[in-house]
Amino acid sequence: MTDSPPTTKLPAQSPPVDPAETEAAGHAAPAAVAGPTGGLSWWHGDGGEGAKRNLALIGVLLALFVIGAATRWDLYSNPDWVWANMLSILKLASVVGVVTVGMTFVIIGGGIDLSVGAIVALAGVWCTTVATQSFGAGGMIFTAIIVGVAVGLVNGTLIAYGRLVPFIATLAMLVAARGLAAEISQKQTQISQNSTINGIASTDLLGIPLLVYILAAVVAAGWVLLNRTTFGRRTVAVGGNPEAARLAGINVRLHTLLLYALSGLCCGIAAIMLTAQATSAQAAMANLYELDAIAAVIIGGTLLSGGRGTIIGSLLGVIIFATITNLFAINGLSTEAQNMVKGGIIVAAVLIQQVQFGTLSQFFRRNRLTTS
Amino acid sequence: MTQHSRDMSRRRLLFGGAAVGAGVLLAGCTSNEQAPTEAQTKAADGNANAEPGKQVTIGFSAPAADHGWIAAITNNAKAQAAAYSDVEFKIVEAGADAAAQRAALATLISQTPDVIVLLPHDGKELNSFGLEAMAAGIPVVNLDRAFPDAKAYRLQIKGDNYGMGVSAATFIAEQLKAKGVSNPVIAEIAGMDELELTQERTQGFNDTLAQHGLKVKNRRAARFTADSGQQEASQLLQAEPKIDAIWNHDDDQGIGVLAAISQASRNEFFMVGGAGSKKAMEDILADNTVLKATVTYSPSMASSAISLARLIGQGRGMSDLVELQVPKEIVLASETITKENASDYLKLGF
Repeated sequence: MTDSPPTTKLPAQSPPVDPAETEAAGHAAPAAVAGPTGGLSWWHGDGGEGAKRNLALIGVLLALFVIGAATRWDLYSNPDWVWANMLSILKLASVVGVVTVGMTFVIIGGGIDLSVGAIVALAGVWCTTVATQSFGAGGMIFTAIIVGVAVGLVNGTLIAYGRLVPFIATLAMLVAARGLAAEISQKQTQISQNSTINGIASTDLLGIPLLVYILAAVVAAGWVLLNRTTFGRRTVAVGGNPEAARLAGINVRLHTLLLYALSGLCCGIAAIMLTAQATSAQAAMANLYELDAIAAVIIGGTLLSGGRGTIIGSLLGVIIFATITNLFAINGLSTEAQNMVKGGIIVAAVLIQQVQFGTLSQFFRRNRLTTS
Repeated sequence: MTQHSRDMSRRRLLFGGAAVGAGVLLAGCTSNEQAPTEAQTKAADGNANAEPGKQVTIGFSAPAADHGWIAAITNNAKAQAAAYSDVEFKIVEAGADAAAQRAALATLISQTPDVIVLLPHDGKELNSFGLEAMAAGIPVVNLDRAFPDAKAYRLQIKGDNYGMGVSAATFIAEQLKAKGVSNPVIAEIAGMDELELTQERTQGFNDTLAQHGLKVKNRRAARFTADSGQQEASQLLQAEPKIDAIWNHDDDQGIGVLAAISQASRNEFFMVGGAGSKKAMEDILADNTVLKATVTYSPSMASSAISLARLIGQGRGMSDLVELQVPKEIVLASETITKENASDYLKLGF
């Protein structure tokens, strides 16, 4: 398994693509194409090496837990506190987690979206204007999601049909969307007066916060979309080799457009969650979320050049970052040190994965060959 | 085939119509008709300084930062200038950084205003502009972010960051003493840690707490935004199961801090805010949150800067003082707003 190229090229495994179906790629029938490993398990289905990578990330999480327990045993010795703390970490991860699911799709599809933080801010600001709030919670949710999708469609159109490099197009959107958000909000912090929206952040169902359910739902939907639908298989194909994907009959441009719209949709959902948490929105909110999301995707084992990646890995990446933030907070350590450790973790995670799955396995194989 | 294409066109029409409809609806939703925050001005009447003098042109520049405080600075300056019949007000956009502001100010100098009032992006980086303008005979009023060189400004008017920390610590120490709490847990949620002003606030807070034999148990730095305030506060509350007092540096990020506190259903402590926003004062008056006080860093300084720039331009002094000219440096005191005096300060909230 390890010596075959990790990227699964679509043409080999997928059934012939019907042109009419390409038209409606977004509504592709679920489970039309199973992953390369069939449906053996949800874990392995996420792509060949994904399972091992994810195990490594879980190892990191356990290590962080042990460090926490060793440094603040007075807190960790109380199981109730540990449970509450885990929920608080998941709540902290929820907003970036939703953004990261969209980012994972974009990066697997061979692109990048630098504008996610700005889209969250724009959608948050737009849905908390006085006029929007007068429509109630439904109007606010509708607005945030439509704004997110619309900005994503603009990104996608510029990239797929305007032939702009994704880095440039979304960088331009980063600047422009924050500018528009500042213009709409008049640089003020807009307070959400809607108790239904604010309640999203304070409601618990069966002892688990609603925000965590939303994260779980988005991750589950993302996983199914990536691994059990033609849309997901096409995403891998477009990211792995766009030319081959085009020759296989995939409408690469339309697919690219939809990927950015999907990222925008995730940003719209995240905007509602973040607005609920902060009970307000402003143009400077969701600061540097693009970097948090990209970093999580990378340490989750997704190739920055596209064609391979896992949703579960990205989720674990987000949770690792949230755990580090939590760990530094409960030990009362400075934010500067925290940022340095985060940088170190990104480098270490990528290095470990390379060593573990590249150099090291080759090294062992070579050794075995020579000794036997 | 015709059937197919008719379906397609109908679908397009539906989607197109829905998109246009949503677009129209959303464009309508950008409207933000809040009652504008009342600017903090001093009416031009009742004292000797108020009498119209010679016509003065005041140039003004402040960064377009995404923060309520900076927005209030510009609003106040505009409103105060409009209150005088003898002031012509010229405002230039400061752009995104110090370099952009310097370029904008160059165009301002070429229009030779009588006085320039500016809130620099960075006092150190715009020091040379201050020297240049002063050398050209245009007095410079520095708002809040000091120039290192004393020759670079005619007047400096600023808030007291160190004093904010002192006021907050003093209030917290008094309250804890009154309650008789021994060995209290004090937490701090700072603003952007890379800014000097945050360091000064923290320094004042720590120094004053130390005088009372107290210290900060846990400190987190947010980014002056409500969402970052919420995140840092939620983790801080997780770290400290029992807290006696919190100082939060900034009332805008305080919206998020208060949200985190209510989401965690915590109320065993009291909190002191910073800056003095209208929302914070209303919360203190209503007395239904943990926020019991806030220490001011008022953007009303912009109104005062315009009034003083006018006097400088007219060569007059402050009528209550003996000196014939305006002093060179004014530092606002950081006042403590509690439930008792909040109604007096409400008009200064931003």
